[in-house]
Amino acid sequence: MPSYVITEKCDSCAGQDKTACMYICPHDLMALTEQVDPITKKVIVNPETNKPVMKAWNQEPVQCWECYSCVKICPQQAISIRCYADFAPLGGEVIPMLGSDSIMWTIKFRNGNIKRFKFPVRTVDAGAVDIFSGVGEAQADVSRIKEPGFFTHHAIGVGLPTPA
Amino acid sequence: MEPKVNNWEFCEKPEIVVHETDLLLIGGGMACCGAAYEADRWATPEGLRVTMVDKAATDRSGAVAMGLSAINTYLGENSTEDYVRYVRNDLMGITREDLTFDLGRVVDDSVYLFEDWGLPIWKKDKEGKSVDGARAQREEMPSLRDGGTPVRSGRWQIMINGESYKVIVAEAAKLALENNRKATGVDQNHFERVFIVKLMLDKDDPKKVAGAVGFSVREHKVYIFKCKTALLGTGGCVNIFKTRSTAEGQGRAWFPVWNSGSNYAMAAESGAEMTMMENRFVPARFKDGYGPVGAWFLLFKAKATNALGEDYCATNLEESRKLYGKYVDSLGTCMRNHMMMIDMKAGKGPIKIHTDVALQTLSETMSKKEIKHLEAEAWEDFLDMTIAQAGVWAANNMEPEKVPSELMPSEPYLLGSHAGCAGLWTSGPEDFGPDEYSWGYNRMTTINGLFTAGDGVGASGHKFSSGSHAEGRIAGKSMTSYFLDTKGEDVGYGEDHEELAKEIYMPMETFGKFSGYTTDPDINPHYIRPAMMQQRLQKVMDEYVGGVGTWYMTSKTMLEEGFKYLVMIKEDALHMSAENLHELLRAWENFHRILAGEAHARHIHFREETRYPGYYYRGDFLAIDDENWKCFVNSTYDKETGEWDVFKREYHQLVP
Repeated sequence: MPSYVITEKCDSCAGQDKTACMYICPHDLMALTEQVDPITKKVIVNPETNKPVMKAWNQEPVQCWECYSCVKICPQQAISIRCYADFAPLGGEVIPMLGSDSIMWTIKFRNGNIKRFKFPVRTVDAGAVDIFSGVGEAQADVSRIKEPGFFTHHAIGVGLPTPA
Repeated sequence: MEPKVNNWEFCEKPEIVVHETDLLLIGGGMACCGAAYEADRWATPEGLRVTMVDKAATDRSGAVAMGLSAINTYLGENSTEDYVRYVRNDLMGITREDLTFDLGRVVDDSVYLFEDWGLPIWKKDKEGKSVDGARAQREEMPSLRDGGTPVRSGRWQIMINGESYKVIVAEAAKLALENNRKATGVDQNHFERVFIVKLMLDKDDPKKVAGAVGFSVREHKVYIFKCKTALLGTGGCVNIFKTRSTAEGQGRAWFPVWNSGSNYAMAAESGAEMTMMENRFVPARFKDGYGPVGAWFLLFKAKATNALGEDYCATNLEESRKLYGKYVDSLGTCMRNHMMMIDMKAGKGPIKIHTDVALQTLSETMSKKEIKHLEAEAWEDFLDMTIAQAGVWAANNMEPEKVPSELMPSEPYLLGSHAGCAGLWTSGPEDFGPDEYSWGYNRMTTINGLFTAGDGVGASGHKFSSGSHAEGRIAGKSMTSYFLDTKGEDVGYGEDHEELAKEIYMPMETFGKFSGYTTDPDINPHYIRPAMMQQRLQKVMDEYVGGVGTWYMTSKTMLEEGFKYLVMIKEDALHMSAENLHELLRAWENFHRILAGEAHARHIHFREETRYPGYYYRGDFLAIDDENWKCFVNSTYDKETGEWDVFKREYHQLVP
């Protein structure tokens, strides 16, 4: 099933402008669906709103790359990965916790062993990238558009080689 | 079967949105993000509108969506000539050296930008020890631009903390698009979840691009983009061959599973000249999870052997030399595959990579803290880019510092940016190179105004993530130049919007019309669902075009048998059905896969030699034949007749 959604934890991102997993999945796998009671086979209705309860699910697990984008982005930590069952034994798990500047990984082995790792992910805060500072301050000179090189090469005055 | 028609009787007619732009970027991966950044600088001051259309969310789209643990093309202290030699060597002597040189001389500039934008790049400290990118920044070690020393995992590769690589590059691209949008006063110039399925050509000049059409996978909307110049940057082709995995593991493709050959198929349908579509990549990777081996071989110095402990690249050298001569000694990626497969076929497997020995050897001279750091580095290699491999290890109780892992050659992939060179025939740089490789605008295809980059540019592999970004930048600048030069020309397609919408939504109408005929919508004589269409393609490609089922072996007779089935697959594709927009996405991805697969088969059929042993074999021409085939194989497709014209183009060596 590669990515799976824990029923209890998923709130369908209600109240947010978009459903996070659905927004981010590179392969259009995550979708919202009405919840059906597995025993009675009836659609579960929210008694307060009288509307069906919606939850996220992976609608096409054979197409899942296990990229963990949905796992990393879920605000409820409702999504995990159960490794491809056609070749992986049960019981292993890899759990990411993506922070603003680093990511913490927990590896749970089938035999219960655990390893933890933490790695940096970025040195400039998300939303704080400035493409117009430093070298990026330069302007392109359209009179040089037929010359090789990027606007940055032209700005710095770097000449480009041709094959010797 | 009766031809399918769409009269909007069984499916709701979508809204048709027409968007006019000047530069259209199709795709949102590294190439298109690079194009957006560079094009903004050149095009915005001229008042030109730039629009990006991505079938996913740009933060996590393309091949770098999951992240990467290394940047594989950073020249640094190396010469551009040596870069060309390395690429030529790995691609078995044939590459467009003008394109490769041109890329090599500018690629580092993109790497500098990534670091400016916050990508952590490992550095060497004064004692020569490796330091992660964040610590390097905290300790004010110089950036690469200012002469900082990266941690090389190979001659061309540098290590990064790349979990958020694509998110960072996307942020820069989105800022560039936003800058252009504000300056040109348009409401929207970044479309996510819109899948472009066809290009449109000028009604009076079928050698000129005029627009593109696609649909939203979220809303009932068909999108028509009018443009004067477009960049095809939609990646390579995955899952056209039967996979080694049998069920849900099919998603664990080595290359991104969403790369559906759109770049090749849309270009071919437009009549653009293709090149080296016979080339493929068969990565030998950690079995099942397809985790990367680069850092293990190059950084940690792990060795791979057969079950007898023999180095298959040594024991099979002489045998391989008989067919492949001097190419054996240069030991390119395919040649290493070839020698590995000799042992696998002889029952000398499993082939194992001795991660345990490598880490234990490195640990011998290390402190406890350093050993811990080394272990983290080894795991990060997977966690940054192939998390599933860590999952496979965890599930099998395997710790790489204690046990070796099995290696396996994967199913074949088509791509132009990694260790392969399938793609389009493009114009080279303006300032050097043979005349026949240059027709005016760098990275323009043989269709005027249509550019490509990354996996789209053929005959020039080993660009990887940084090179794809840089190549997108080359194209973005070139597109601006093309636009400014052709300002006075009128361009317009002849297609009728209503008819386009009907064609795109046909699989939805088919499902609506026929699905009620049977009690199970999966089994219905009136249509085929996209998932089954894909399985059928994968089986034919596997059995006749040299997939894993035949140990990558094919021949003239096998291919010609396969063509019969491919023709019927193309016919039946017109009977695909789609229950919803998600399935419509899959249907159109498979239209693209089928044509990309056919191009691959037609090219292999034409090239009567085995140029890439270890990737595929022509059983009827098992040797490399430099006398007749040290050339490019190119083709054009006629979508009206379904005929391919396949022919040779001369290879020119520019670097001695």
